[in-house]
Amino acid sequence: MSKPLLEVKNLRIEFPNRRGLLTAVDDVSFSIAPGEVLGVVGESGAGKSLTGAAIIGLLEPPGRIAGGEILLDGQRIDNLPYEAMRKIRGRQIGAIFQDPLTSLNPLYTVGRQLVETITTHLDLSAAAAKDRAVKLLEEVGIPAARERINHYPHQFSGGMRQRVVIALALAAEPKVIIADEPTTALDVSIQAQIITLLKGLCRDHGTAVMLVTHDMGVIAETADRVAVMYAGRIAEIGPVADVIHKPQHPYTIGLMGSIPEFESDRERLIQIDGAMPRLDAIPKGCAFNPRCAQVFDMCKTSRPELMLAAASRAACWLHESRLVHNESRLAQ
Amino acid sequence: MTTPSVRRQTTDAFVQLKNVSKTFDVSAPWLNRVIERKPQSFLHAVSDLSFDIQRGETLALVGESGCGKSTVAKLIVGLYASSTGSVTIDGQDMKIALTSNNDAARALRRKVQMIFQDPYASLNPRWRVADIVAEPIRTHKLIANGAALDKRVAELLGFVKLTAKDGEKYPHQFSGGQRQRISIARALASNPEFLICDEPTSALDVSVQAQVLNLMKDLQREMGLTYLFISHNLQVVHHIADRVGVMYLGRLVEIGDKKEVFGDPQHPYTRMLLDAIPDLHMTGKARTPVAGEVPNPLNPPAGCAFNPRCPRRFEPCDQSRPELLRLKGRQVACFAASAAVSSPTLATSA
Repeated sequence: MSKPLLEVKNLRIEFPNRRGLLTAVDDVSFSIAPGEVLGVVGESGAGKSLTGAAIIGLLEPPGRIAGGEILLDGQRIDNLPYEAMRKIRGRQIGAIFQDPLTSLNPLYTVGRQLVETITTHLDLSAAAAKDRAVKLLEEVGIPAARERINHYPHQFSGGMRQRVVIALALAAEPKVIIADEPTTALDVSIQAQIITLLKGLCRDHGTAVMLVTHDMGVIAETADRVAVMYAGRIAEIGPVADVIHKPQHPYTIGLMGSIPEFESDRERLIQIDGAMPRLDAIPKGCAFNPRCAQVFDMCKTSRPELMLAAASRAACWLHESRLVHNESRLAQ
Repeated sequence: MTTPSVRRQTTDAFVQLKNVSKTFDVSAPWLNRVIERKPQSFLHAVSDLSFDIQRGETLALVGESGCGKSTVAKLIVGLYASSTGSVTIDGQDMKIALTSNNDAARALRRKVQMIFQDPYASLNPRWRVADIVAEPIRTHKLIANGAALDKRVAELLGFVKLTAKDGEKYPHQFSGGQRQRISIARALASNPEFLICDEPTSALDVSVQAQVLNLMKDLQREMGLTYLFISHNLQVVHHIADRVGVMYLGRLVEIGDKKEVFGDPQHPYTRMLLDAIPDLHMTGKARTPVAGEVPNPLNPPAGCAFNPRCPRRFEPCDQSRPELLRLKGRQVACFAASAAVSSPTLATSA
């Protein structure tokens, strides 16, 4: 595998509040190679969007990066001053957010927003920037781009708006794109169009993509690798086919079983009882232990790190015991 | 299934919609119309919709945003009055429930309850959960205040796997899934027979969605409830429904048994929806998504509304509108599908 473009090492995000410190993201590490799509899934509050926000330097105070490193192309970017980060954001790291209507300015034409972004990051004349804007719109599949460029966001449909947002994110040819729930607000038929588009563009440009979503189906079709987050930590990370078809962490197993499928005719869905813990009440040991069907003593006292589990890595003591068990058997 | 038209007239369906339409006047204000010489404009949210639901059955309506499925829910429950057509529930016209206030009208209203999409917006933040759940009981004067009411509220909370103690709390103290369960408890409070569920799990995470769907299935079995389940998520619909109706731009394009419709879709739109779903078994495979978007409902295409996006379009499609016809064990409104059955050679050449 080629050298990773984006590396996140032991990232920790904290929110100080009156009662103390809430740790929203804890010891998260992953890397993304050029042209690779890393899917990040998890329930609301798992910390997946915060991780994305931290990478582009858009954490809302009082949230702050309390530990770890974020490296872009080998350079640390998490400790850069505001102005330096501003130059990187948009130029080297693009962002696509969930709601295409709120990520566009309703008072400016699409063209003006595109040209503004292009001239901010690239040294182009106004006319050249406009040509590039038209080309970008054509690339994301907007028909009659030369006329549409003078339209306002409200004149576009939801799917077309999301295409414009993708064009904006691609405007300066960033190396990394953080896509936070890019298809959640869209209908299924439009969603399929956007996924195909995003995937094709990234393959062509060699962009590294972090795709944050709660939709396993979207991940299955788009991502190369997937990280499953639970209560601020990565529960399992591995190649997408392995995580989906051979999940190793009990949480991932439950998550996959709770998705209704056409192929299955079971009367009831697999259900993980309870809910994800609040940030101020994360259980000791493994955060998933109160909901886990296979819980044992060790889970309640010490926290599992990511360990090798089949083709993936899972933060679960079950795999530790298997490892020890196998080794002892080999010793005999 | 062999003589559906006969069966429909003899067995009275629990819920019956006959040629229901809803038109919204979306014209500019009168003065603007006069000055700018603009005509009045109408939005046909639901056109000529007919279907029925048997007692104890779950019918699901699916379709993309703007296809009118939520309007149907509001029409049935009486939040909108239909422009034409009639809705009958248990043999009684819902118009009675809306226009009069006698015992019969109240009894009818009690039978029909609704669960809404957003559990954050559908519960009053200033009321305790016990009061929220007790409201339908008080409104319909089912139990006088006192110990019996408390007991009933505790029982209802028990149905949805909450405790009587949770009744003392306010909605903000609950998670999304718990709030949706509170909505279900409230809907069950008046002993309804028919529940209309408008995207009840769309705002929830998958694991929580599984909890709510399992609960809804259990309740249906225990209480013999009839559901109208509205969703855009076809996998959820496949899991919970007995029959499925697919809507496009205010009309039913295909309706029938879940296994028939999902197993062998006849309408190209149903086919397209099924193909568009991101599939867990599709890892690493690419596909060609269907082009185009839902047209503007203010200015729908002539003929079949789906014809501009349809891969099986031929001459009659932009000329006249196909009617819902019985075909392969379900009803379909598509010229291409009907033609394929009546003369298979035409279909293969097209």
